[in-house]
Amino acid sequence: MNFIIEAFKPACHVSVTFADAKHRKQAALKKENGKTEMIPLFRSQDNIIGTVSVEPVPGKKVEHKGIKVELLGQIEMYSDRGNFYDFTSLVRELDIPGEIYEKKDFPFEFSSVEMPYETYSGINVRLRYVLKVTITRGYPGSIVQFQDFVVRNYSPSPSINNSIKMEVGIEDCLHIEFEYNKSKYHLKDVIIGKIYFLLVRIKMKNMDLEIRRRESTGSGTSTHVETETLAKYELMDGAPVRGESIPIRLFLSPYELTPTYRNTNNKFSVKYYLNLVLVDEEDRRYFKQQEITIYRLAESSEQAEAL
Amino acid sequence: MEDEDKWLAEGIAGIQHNAVYLHRALDSDNLRDALKYAAQLLSELRTSRLSPHKYYELYMRAFDELRRLEMFFKEEDRHGCSVVDLYELVQHAGNVLPRLYLLCTVGSVYIKSKEALAKDVLKDLVEMCRAVQHPVRGLFLRSYLAQVSRDKLPDIGSEYEGEGDTVMDAVEFVLQNFTEMNKLWVRMQHQGPFIEKQKLEKERNELRDLVGKNLHVISQIEGVDLDIYRDTVLPKVLEQIVNCKDELAQYYLMDCMIQVFPDEYHLQTLETLLGACPQLLPTVDLKTVLSQLMERLSNYASSNPELLPEFLQVEAFSKLSNAIGKVIEAQFDMPIVGTFTLYVSLLTFTLRVHPDRLDYVDQVLGSCVKKLSGKPKAEVSKATKQVVALLSAPLDKYDDIVRALTLSNYPRVMDHLDSGPNKVMAMVIIKSIMKNKTCVSTSDKVEVLFELIKGLLKDLDGASTEELDDEDFNEEQNSVACLMHMLYNDDPEEMLKIICTVWKHVVVGGPRRLPFTVPPLVFSALKLVRRVHRQDGDVAGEESPATPRKIFQLLSQIIDALSALPAPELALRLYLQCAEAANDCELEPVAYDLFTQAFVLYEEEIADSKAQVVAIHLIIGTLQRMHAFGVENRDTLTHKATGYSAKLLKKPDQCRAVYACSHLFWVDDQDSSNKDGERVLLCLKRSLRIANAAQQMLNDTRGVSGPVTLFIEILNKYIYFFEKGNPQISPSAIQDLIELIKTELQSDGITPSWSPASDPFFASTLRYVQFQKQKGGAMGEKYSPIKL
Repeated sequence: MNFIIEAFKPACHVSVTFADAKHRKQAALKKENGKTEMIPLFRSQDNIIGTVSVEPVPGKKVEHKGIKVELLGQIEMYSDRGNFYDFTSLVRELDIPGEIYEKKDFPFEFSSVEMPYETYSGINVRLRYVLKVTITRGYPGSIVQFQDFVVRNYSPSPSINNSIKMEVGIEDCLHIEFEYNKSKYHLKDVIIGKIYFLLVRIKMKNMDLEIRRRESTGSGTSTHVETETLAKYELMDGAPVRGESIPIRLFLSPYELTPTYRNTNNKFSVKYYLNLVLVDEEDRRYFKQQEITIYRLAESSEQAEAL
Repeated sequence: MEDEDKWLAEGIAGIQHNAVYLHRALDSDNLRDALKYAAQLLSELRTSRLSPHKYYELYMRAFDELRRLEMFFKEEDRHGCSVVDLYELVQHAGNVLPRLYLLCTVGSVYIKSKEALAKDVLKDLVEMCRAVQHPVRGLFLRSYLAQVSRDKLPDIGSEYEGEGDTVMDAVEFVLQNFTEMNKLWVRMQHQGPFIEKQKLEKERNELRDLVGKNLHVISQIEGVDLDIYRDTVLPKVLEQIVNCKDELAQYYLMDCMIQVFPDEYHLQTLETLLGACPQLLPTVDLKTVLSQLMERLSNYASSNPELLPEFLQVEAFSKLSNAIGKVIEAQFDMPIVGTFTLYVSLLTFTLRVHPDRLDYVDQVLGSCVKKLSGKPKAEVSKATKQVVALLSAPLDKYDDIVRALTLSNYPRVMDHLDSGPNKVMAMVIIKSIMKNKTCVSTSDKVEVLFELIKGLLKDLDGASTEELDDEDFNEEQNSVACLMHMLYNDDPEEMLKIICTVWKHVVVGGPRRLPFTVPPLVFSALKLVRRVHRQDGDVAGEESPATPRKIFQLLSQIIDALSALPAPELALRLYLQCAEAANDCELEPVAYDLFTQAFVLYEEEIADSKAQVVAIHLIIGTLQRMHAFGVENRDTLTHKATGYSAKLLKKPDQCRAVYACSHLFWVDDQDSSNKDGERVLLCLKRSLRIANAAQQMLNDTRGVSGPVTLFIEILNKYIYFFEKGNPQISPSAIQDLIELIKTELQSDGITPSWSPASDPFFASTLRYVQFQKQKGGAMGEKYSPIKL
């Protein structure tokens, strides 16, 4: 809350309140200092209505050259920290230049705001939405106040959702066929599947299913890819023989996933993969990675997030 | 081993450590912590370092903790999570083994809550458990599943049965769990290094009951009736048994099937069950399995006689017999012992279930013959015990050898026995006959019987007789001799045939056996002779083959065989016996001929002086009783006898034989014409002379006079004939003899003064005379001239 500290110096208190704050859902957002904070949740096309209150320190007046509120959608690369790229920027003028002697409220409204991207906080990049209130002053400088909010967008169930089925193997060593019931899963979905062992000449020790997130930032030669394993789920213990089939049932809900972001404003993408890993007795790993699409399903997810 | 103990201790410590936290979480109704610590606790079961035995110990610790957890899961108001959610929640655990233990635990609560169909939960659990492919861990996990689900199967009458949940679901669940467990169990064998094969086998053996328990569970399901068993359970289990291609598993599971399911089911599904046997590995110990089955079935049959029609209806015997044939064919490596164990079992089954079906018994024996033919005896000898058991079984059962004799294959089996066991078997047969006092009554049966025991009757090819000690040999031959007395038929004709048959077999016995076997045969024939003679009045026809004459012809043949051996004394006795019998039948020429034979033997074969003494006395004794001889024949024979008597080597023997001859001239019979007092006296006098000569000889050679026994004996003869009224014996002769003896006694240097006590024989003789004198009457009168 460094902006509050900043706001200490000037002789006024600036706050932003949303009109439906009492009813609006909130979501947890991890702040830069590592703490999580519950903040209001919006989605694209929502009307963002609220009030900016400016309350001078008693006995002082605030002289300004105008007050405005901006709605910004920003992408920040950690490699270029502090430098925000605004992909959305809307402005509402709240007041003409003048003086404020006592607390004054300025209602504002952004209607049907296009917010195509979700709030995201990754390893190398973050995407945030923020309301920025600026009280322009000459000397001793403008007063700026930020209010974050979270955006999440829901998708309907995909009309086509094929299973993933594939036969892979190493010649004369290991042949397996695996099947995941879908290629697109929502955040609280369950992955159901099976692994058939068609040929086993290696002594297996165990088999895991990993969920991996691949965050890719930048473009062209400066593309930077970061992969993290979010889930490691043991599917099998011991060495199967030919003909065995091992069931898969992995609940996604315990893991902190986001939807797949294919291309966020040409700045970054976030993709998910299922990585099937077989480990033999000499700890050699055999794996096969398959991309899955993760989406946010409307209703049930809304309920789940109504904390 | 020490390492293993250490690892086990570590595992237990891990469980205990987490158990403390688990209990704390449970006490404070903290579901999240409870799941966390339970999963950690169960992680100890992920070890690969323990042998099944130790692993079991660890498993039991975890099991106890899971019971606690299950109680907690049941109380929704404590943890505030519905069982459906709980079922999902435990599946979030990252490690598969703890996850599945938890899932099974919740699953059991889930079924109990009835919020879902039991079958769905069971199916899900049994499927999910596939994820554990490690044999030992998988077996224990599934065993846990079997344990917690056992009282929750939708069985008939169970609270879990109902809409959508049927017995079939329960059966399918258990069968599937069984199949998977068996696969794991079998796989164990192939996952270790080859050198540890034996150790692995031992370890696997320790785990077998985990697998078998499933079969037990199925058998306990009330709803599994014959139809379900036949149509579902049996085919599926057998399929698994056959396909697993593992020796240990096939043996154990077959045995298990037989033990856990009711006999009635086995009987009704015999074909299917047996059909699986030839498909098993050739090394599987099927003989034990099948023997068990047959034993169970025969117990079942004998438990209730009303079941017999069922056995017949399902053709139990032929099915078993077929199956055994096929198994033997399939298991070409099966040692002959195994083969015979199977046949013995089948035979026992037959005898117990179908005692009246001799054809079955014969069929079994026939199969044995088939199996035996072409096998060298040396190989067969390894299975001696079994073959003997096989052959003894019908005897024990029937108490009646005669039935066994009708089995055409019986002797054929015996033919394949080595001489040793063959004899043993023959002895068994004889003992059985003796024990049950079975009478063998036709020549055909005798033929078969003697064919069976021919091991005792002659030296079999290649058999060495030296090995046998005399005692055993004697016992064997005595048994054969005894056996001959058990052969009997009221009809003389048949009896003669029997005798002929026996003779045919006995005649080849050789010099060692004939002395044992001939006498009983001779006596048996003589018995027949007497019987025929008694009946002669009734049987008029000379056509009858069983005339005494014919029998005597046979007899002389028989004895002739004996005299050809160096057994003249025995032959002589038998001739005399026959002669006596011929005498009774009034067959003078036959008797004469027999006597002639006896004398010939005496002359030509009996050289030993002692034997001569015995023989001559026998001859005299027999001759004395002969009444059929005419005067001429009798004179000839008597003359011969007397002549031989006087030619004995030792004087005392001569003396005794001669005075014995005196009886030949005096047949003490009312109407006998043969009373020649003169010749009696002649004999006695002659013997007295010889006695004197003997005494004299002793005096000359040794300087002492011999005992007076001979004189006293002669005195007794005198007294005898005197009493019988021989006019040639006068009281004075007796008187003289008494005086002579007294003199002899006194002249004996050893006893200076004679007293009756010094020679009790003489004393009692005198006492007798005294007694007769005092008796008075005619006898007293007669004796009165004698002065003592």
